[in-house]
Amino acid sequence: MSAPAVAVRDLRVRLAGVPILTGVDLSVAAGEWVTVIGPNGAGKSTLLRAVGGLLPTAGAVSLFGTPIQQLRRRDRARVVATVAQSPVVPAGMSVLDYVLLGRTPYIAPLGRESTADLAAAHDVLDRLDLTGFQSRELATLSGGERQRVFLARAFAQGATLLLLDEPTSALDIGHQQDVLELVDQLRRAHGLTVVATMHDLSIAGEYADRMVLLADGHVAAVGTPREVLTTELLARHYRATVKVIDGEHGPLVVPVRPASAPDGVLGRC
Amino acid sequence: MRQVVAQRPSLRAATARPAGLRPGWLVAGLAAVLAALVAGVSLGPVSLPPGSVAVELLNLLPGVGLDSGLTEREIAIVTELRLPRAVLGLLVGGLLALAGGAYQGVFRNPLADPYLLGVAAGAGFAVTVVITAGGVGGAITGLPVTIPLAAFVGAIGAVTLTYLLGSAGGRSRSPATLILAGVAVSAFLSAGQTYLLQRNSDSIQQVYAWLLGRLATAGWHDVWLVLPYFLLTAVVVLLHRRELDVLSVGDDEATSLGLHPQRSRYLLIAAASLGTAAAVSASGLIGFVGIIVPHAVRLLAGSSYRVILPLSMLFGGAFLALTDVVARTVAAPEEIPIGVVTALLGGPFFVLVLRSARRVLG
Repeated sequence: MSAPAVAVRDLRVRLAGVPILTGVDLSVAAGEWVTVIGPNGAGKSTLLRAVGGLLPTAGAVSLFGTPIQQLRRRDRARVVATVAQSPVVPAGMSVLDYVLLGRTPYIAPLGRESTADLAAAHDVLDRLDLTGFQSRELATLSGGERQRVFLARAFAQGATLLLLDEPTSALDIGHQQDVLELVDQLRRAHGLTVVATMHDLSIAGEYADRMVLLADGHVAAVGTPREVLTTELLARHYRATVKVIDGEHGPLVVPVRPASAPDGVLGRC
Repeated sequence: MRQVVAQRPSLRAATARPAGLRPGWLVAGLAAVLAALVAGVSLGPVSLPPGSVAVELLNLLPGVGLDSGLTEREIAIVTELRLPRAVLGLLVGGLLALAGGAYQGVFRNPLADPYLLGVAAGAGFAVTVVITAGGVGGAITGLPVTIPLAAFVGAIGAVTLTYLLGSAGGRSRSPATLILAGVAVSAFLSAGQTYLLQRNSDSIQQVYAWLLGRLATAGWHDVWLVLPYFLLTAVVVLLHRRELDVLSVGDDEATSLGLHPQRSRYLLIAAASLGTAAAVSASGLIGFVGIIVPHAVRLLAGSSYRVILPLSMLFGGAFLALTDVVARTVAAPEEIPIGVVTALLGGPFFVLVLRSARRVLG
């Protein structure tokens, strides 16, 4: 049996002395799409950053069977690509140059892009239907176009594990579907593993093979979308009143107005 | 389901090329350097024909022996007086603009200049100490102390202090912490300098003459002193030009792309600070070049550091060498401090660049 794409054991993270993750266990199989959900402050983005090797952590994180601290940065960057929630958009940088940044792990230190790197970037631009945008400045693109370019840069890394932090947070519903369909097509075509964080529970349940519910820095529930997106679990951890409807591809979560405001609602606002 | 991934290869836009220094801009930069060199050597109290000067400069190349038509005295003016001064202007201007561009990339701050981390305040304080203590050409505590040496030691000392202060936060240190440390060190040293000047008002003119910058006493000795630092800074900074592009997406993303942002940052800061300290020790404090030239290049030639850094070095050198010509000819036989001229010319020049960039780029 092959090693899981991601294996996390007793992961603990403190930021500025504050415990953010307090003993997280997680296993993601190669080729799987796992979406991490949870209320604000649950530690979703921190978990993704820890898996991407961007934070000092206690506990164990392995990628495809190799402990993350044994991977050199360049080797790690060939295995795992991260798209942040709000990536920095460098002023004046073209789409082609931005996508070429994804080839950094393959370029010798202090070196420059080879023709092979350029060909790889053009290939990704072709596959993501971005060729017509390659000369455009990244800053001039719409939110949906930009998100595709962020994915293109991650895809140019040639990594088999994609970490996506809120990939649809700034998009309208049509662009949300476009981006998630794109990720799913790439995942299926290239055998990628996807770990994403999302706030929209219905759309998250449509695409994920499994979901992880984080609450207060630990895993509160893990399972298929039908096992995790239940009225009772969401009420307990989100303190939300919802209806869960059985949809074609997964459960759909509809917020409903509570009969009376739950205790402590003012304190949460 | 909408088809979001193209199943057919799209036609590639033939014009799209990755960021890099275009040959046309490189030629323009080198031409500006040569033009500044010829102008710097030709113009002065004794005007020399630029053509003859160009021939005399060619004669400096091994195996070339052309007749320039200049007299022995004019040849001496070219090779011993004006050429080292023009070359020093090229080196100092190139260093300041290169360091400014590097700092702007390292700190992702368009307002960063070569003096950001306390170089100016450190050099200014040390020079003030030496002048007010009567150490110019004389001695302090038994050791001969010269102004360039004091400026260099003061500049390096201030940057080291900034670095130590900025690193005191341990893991919480960030580029912003380092900038704040630079502000604190600069404020402290400037206060010390002001206090010394207040106590020794007879030295104010001498201190300000240095603070406003000068290339007036440049000889080959100054060129040879600055050249190794110029080469070291240029090699380190230019080799990291692609890394600066990667750093522009932020530390987290740069790390996820396989870089060590902190390591690259401190190496670049060290190289740029060393180069700035060398420039300051040779020429005093010359403002404007380090911030205006990289921005002018960015507006005209592109925003990639693979373009900004080499072109800033070339155009920064040419700008300062030409500014020096103005400084020494406009009120001849008196010389205007070059720092005053860079500021007076730099402002309108930047407005001009801004307007042409808007016209070209829409």
